[in-house]
Amino acid sequence: MSIFVQGDTPVICQGITGANGTFHTDQACLYGTRMVGGVTPGKGGTSWTGEKSGAKLPVFDTVDAAVRATGAKASVIYVPAAFAADAICEAAAAGIELIVAITEGIPILDMVRVKQSLAGKPSRLIGPNCPGVITPGGKTHGVDFPGCKIGIMPGYIHKPGRVGVVSRSGTLTYEAVWQLTSLGLGQSTCVGIGGDPVNGTQFVDVLSAFQADPNTDAIVMIGEIGGSAEEEAAALIQSGGCTKPVVGFIAGTTAPPGKRMGHAGAIIAGGKGTAAEKVAALQAAGVAMAPNPSAIGSTMEALLTRKGMIAKLRG
Amino acid sequence: MKIHEYQAKELLKRMGVPVPEGRTARTADEAASAYHELGSPISVVKAQIHAGGRGKAGGVKVVRSAEEARAAAAGMLGKALITHQTGPQGRVVHTVWVEKGSSIDREFYAGIALDRRLGLPVMMASSEGGMEIEEVAAKHPEKILREAFLPGDGLWGYQARRLAFGIGIPAELIGKASKMFQALARAYVDLDCSIAEINPLVTTKDGQVLALDAKINFDANALYRHTDLAGYRDKNEEDPKEIEASKYDLSYIALEGNIGCMVNGAGLAMATMDTIQLHGGSPANFLDVGGGATKEKVAAAFKILISDTNVQGILVNIFGGIAKCDMIAEGVVAAAREVKLAVPLVVRLEGTNVERGREILKNSGLAITPAASLDEAASKICGLVKGGRK
Repeated sequence: MSIFVQGDTPVICQGITGANGTFHTDQACLYGTRMVGGVTPGKGGTSWTGEKSGAKLPVFDTVDAAVRATGAKASVIYVPAAFAADAICEAAAAGIELIVAITEGIPILDMVRVKQSLAGKPSRLIGPNCPGVITPGGKTHGVDFPGCKIGIMPGYIHKPGRVGVVSRSGTLTYEAVWQLTSLGLGQSTCVGIGGDPVNGTQFVDVLSAFQADPNTDAIVMIGEIGGSAEEEAAALIQSGGCTKPVVGFIAGTTAPPGKRMGHAGAIIAGGKGTAAEKVAALQAAGVAMAPNPSAIGSTMEALLTRKGMIAKLRG
Repeated sequence: MKIHEYQAKELLKRMGVPVPEGRTARTADEAASAYHELGSPISVVKAQIHAGGRGKAGGVKVVRSAEEARAAAAGMLGKALITHQTGPQGRVVHTVWVEKGSSIDREFYAGIALDRRLGLPVMMASSEGGMEIEEVAAKHPEKILREAFLPGDGLWGYQARRLAFGIGIPAELIGKASKMFQALARAYVDLDCSIAEINPLVTTKDGQVLALDAKINFDANALYRHTDLAGYRDKNEEDPKEIEASKYDLSYIALEGNIGCMVNGAGLAMATMDTIQLHGGSPANFLDVGGGATKEKVAAAFKILISDTNVQGILVNIFGGIAKCDMIAEGVVAAAREVKLAVPLVVRLEGTNVERGREILKNSGLAITPAASLDEAASKICGLVKGGRK
């Protein structure tokens, strides 16, 4: 029905008693996410109550205890940056299948160590420094479709449907999703992979998952300057690894070079990571590039109309 | 966070990287005494700014007497040094570094950066020392050798030797060069660097391997665990508006244009700048107020925008998620009133509590131009700011 998460995915929150963990767990409960518990070391045995949702959840000292008691399959991490790497590794060690790290500002070398620690384990990490992942819920074709919102995105801008969205950015994803929803184009799953240089899930992973999902018919991919993740996505599409229609956008065409990215890092990745290079690579792979960020939705609408798919996706 | 060459050399020396002996000087007299203390007939006076390309711009002078050292320092201190990395306004030199001259035999390059694709730090080494590594990568990519390493392991001896032999370090100096590479790798990990570079790394006629220039950038996210490095920050090198922004946890970068932007989220901020240029305008800054923007943060951000005398118009673009549009609107209205805003202001709000936000703007009595989409907002502000500087 979607990728990575479904309406019945049981989710815990690491850092549930902190300000962000509390607020967004409450929001997730209101959206209908199946939240089953939380983890805060030292507060095990207590319970957490959502202010607006009224949901009551058990709090555990360790992820391991939470998994044993609740059968959680996914965990969302809001713990502060200094402890986030440890929290990710704890979730993986406890057998969590999907780890969504929202935390911003984790030291790069911590993420290097996390990536090594996760290698060979079955857990998938999304993020860090990302809005999260959502499989939109709500009424579609007269049926109430259960949703799963893991992260900080506003739930109401989404609508269940058949367009997959993957992005390195947060609010720019909301912009794109809102344009799709306004045009009547619902989403299967929206994944924010995060803007950090070392992260768990790449464009290629999400594109492959959308390709394999029978309920995703088209994809929006939003990249940024820096690194080579977009070029790798272009190579996957070119080699036939993703044959569904893709609309792309790259932010940062006009950003001055050298202000935010280390040049030496870009060189190692084999390219300078400029917007022009990324746009060219994606265009060569047959991706329909939106000419500006306001035209992401309309570019998708035009592409689907051309392919005779618009009626099905507008559903 | 960037630091000066002399600071990088001080840190690298502590980690076991051999560097030429030197002294800092903040006056011409200090430079003359530094020359005396070093007791070397040939010394070098180097301007300390956070930018490369100093040699070609006159920021590096070979001196043969205390008087020459004094004159060289006097020619640099208090003056703006313009290199290809500083922009046309240059950077004012506040400190020079006087160091013993070295009898250079050959020049090489060694540097460490993160390889995003591997998710590992990689040491690069090249026989093309002195040249910028970007240039080597463009012209002679085959001349850059690479070794990835695990932070826990550091650079193994065999990897260091492979690099040293590979770039043509003389056989008798392989041991010294390998030790230097391993020390550089240790510094990169222990100090949480984002870049650590020695360029040029030189072999000397008297059989030494030295770091003749050094560049270190720290990972800002890891500075909390290196409190001892806070003293290395040089606020003279930062834009005052960027310093003010960092106090409020705002991500601000000064640019050359005349349209001030305030946006939530880095991606949307870049996309907003792109759209402004698409409509023929030029952004004055990148400003991300972040997801958890409060009324106070918005007001502070607004004042920073206004303090830029180049700004002839302001575009606010907010997609409220966690940030609520009504709260953003209150912050904008309060700040616009306080600073008695005299330039056009276009505001585009979308998302959480958007209706209430639009009401607040409408009822403020201020001349605020509303916009329904990013495209419309950019088009309107570019129309209102005619001509511009570019």
